[in-house]
Amino acid sequence: MKDDHTTVLARLAPEPVPRRDFLGLSALGAFVGALFLAFLGIIRLPRVVVSASPSRKFRVKLPESLQPGEPFVPPGRNVVLFRDSEGVYAISLVCTHLGCIVKPSPNGFECPCHGSRFAPDGHVIGGPAPKPLPWLAVSLEGNEVWVDGNVTVQPGTKARG
Amino acid sequence: MEPRQAPLKELWSHLREAPRRFKESAFRSGPPVTDRARSEFVFNNLFLHIHPVRVHRWSLRWRTTWGLGVAVTAAFLLTLITGVLLMLYYKPYPDVAYQSIKDIHYVVPTGRFIRNIHRWAANLMVVTVFLHMARVFYTGAYRYPREFNWLVGLGLLVLTLGLSFTGYLLPWDQLAYWAITIGANIAQSPRELTDALGITPYFDPGGWMKTLLLGGPEVGDESLIRFYVLHVAVLPLALVILMGVHFWRIRKDGGLARPEDADALLGPPRDLYPVFTDVPTKTYHLAAIVRGRSPAVNRGPENTIPSMPHLFYAECAVFMLTVFLTVLAAIFWNAPLKEIANPAVPENPAKAPWYFLGVQELVSHSAFMGGAGIPLIVIIGLGLIPFLDRETEGTGRWFGGPGGQRLVLVSAVFGLLSVIAIEAFAIQFGWLRQWFPDIPQLIITFVNPGTLLVVVYAIFSLGIVHRYRSARAGAVALFTCFLCGFVVLTIIGVHFRGPNWGFYWSPADWPKH
Repeated sequence: MKDDHTTVLARLAPEPVPRRDFLGLSALGAFVGALFLAFLGIIRLPRVVVSASPSRKFRVKLPESLQPGEPFVPPGRNVVLFRDSEGVYAISLVCTHLGCIVKPSPNGFECPCHGSRFAPDGHVIGGPAPKPLPWLAVSLEGNEVWVDGNVTVQPGTKARG
Repeated sequence: MEPRQAPLKELWSHLREAPRRFKESAFRSGPPVTDRARSEFVFNNLFLHIHPVRVHRWSLRWRTTWGLGVAVTAAFLLTLITGVLLMLYYKPYPDVAYQSIKDIHYVVPTGRFIRNIHRWAANLMVVTVFLHMARVFYTGAYRYPREFNWLVGLGLLVLTLGLSFTGYLLPWDQLAYWAITIGANIAQSPRELTDALGITPYFDPGGWMKTLLLGGPEVGDESLIRFYVLHVAVLPLALVILMGVHFWRIRKDGGLARPEDADALLGPPRDLYPVFTDVPTKTYHLAAIVRGRSPAVNRGPENTIPSMPHLFYAECAVFMLTVFLTVLAAIFWNAPLKEIANPAVPENPAKAPWYFLGVQELVSHSAFMGGAGIPLIVIIGLGLIPFLDRETEGTGRWFGGPGGQRLVLVSAVFGLLSVIAIEAFAIQFGWLRQWFPDIPQLIITFVNPGTLLVVVYAIFSLGIVHRYRSARAGAVALFTCFLCGFVVLTIIGVHFRGPNWGFYWSPADWPKH
């Protein structure tokens, strides 16, 4: 008798979501949510906030005898400095193709790894490099030059003392 | 009740029987001399029971597999054992790492020998993985019901190359440092595309991948630890798990692929004892309700022979041959070690390990398409093969399917000629940048010798599909072409490229410093 009563009730007003389904769905939702939040937390792990690499901003003294157009590479730096009548400028030596260190040559720069070639002002004249060598920000302080490897400037930007 | 022996005498006899009882408790079946004991020999043993108890005679012919899968496994086990030994002395920190490899080379007793084995076994593994894949492809063994196992195999190929790549950095010498710098910048090469589109500041998957790999902007101590963890923990673990799945699936998919008429082709067995010839009258009880193509359903185990001794002896032979070749190489050739890594002066030329030199040749045309685009296209193409080729003709036979051996030959000639022609043209006359200095990078990214080669191969293969009305024929053409392309590009990278990646007929012609 009672069973009949509940069946009729259920037929008249069926539960919108059966209790079992509701619990199942919430469990699934909680699981996926927890997984997602854990993923969000862990995704930042591989990226260090401060890396221990040497500072890319440095100070260097150009040799007095440096001729216009003659390259000067400070020891241990992947940057070349030039001085001419318009001022001092710095060009990065990191190949824009795959990160090898290019070598200054009489006609500009050559990359040993895949044969990219660059003009003296850094723009690509051959090989697979997709971009010109970037010019780096320089400033003069007395007879010393500050080079900031983090800041690129328009090609042709030269610092005058 | 039996009269008991004197307690001390009993103890003494138990002690005397202890070795025999120990042996019986460890190996629960007796010597494998009867069919039943041979079966028990396999399924009572944790390490052997991934094998079937009985194996089809077709699977045991040398020509079916040339033992390549077993050779890969053997090479992997060699790297695993020697790798653990090397870990005892290796220290993953820049500069210290180099010194520790030097110690292994010059100070640790047998250290150089162990490192040589590790090195040559890894090389052998790469070679045999490629050969194994070619074998599976040319015998049509990737088809139903083995599609999934082909994909697992593809995953194993990628993991094998990943292990080689991560292992390459660990010595921290010049070779290592610059190969990894190039590799990491290939990971960054999607920037070539995003830069050309001007969206790098907002969407930079390349930079993200490089940072993930290196843990910083350049190859440094974080990178070394990352590569070390990948090399000794993450990748080997993934490889072992996938290997387990790979082996398990071979059995679940019904053993090695063989032609429908394999039994007729083999003829009646001679000199091979014992071969089942009777179809059993008993039903297979539980096995009978299993769906699918497990080897024992609906069929008698006819034309099969016991795995012990036939399969195991064959496997042992391949295993011993692999060990022999590796040790031989390790005695005569030393694993290379250059000067300590110098971030200011790259090697000239800076060459990756030989199996990546084909890719390096491609990246010398475009970093993104050569290093990421084309390899991705190749992997996706390989993965699609079993789903596009749903034919059944020629399964289990070398060069089976329409066209047969002749098609392979024609495709090989076409593949070789086109890669040589395109490379020769690019070497002789240069490419778009030399002719039009102001050409947009996007055009070079998509129109370069590498992509041109892929397009030529694809058109050729589509033509073959049309001509033979068969996806299998097209797949054979494409696979053969890519194999030829890979080999030729690798040879060019290894032998014909010198300083500044220039072309030289021989390393003897390289300019002297």
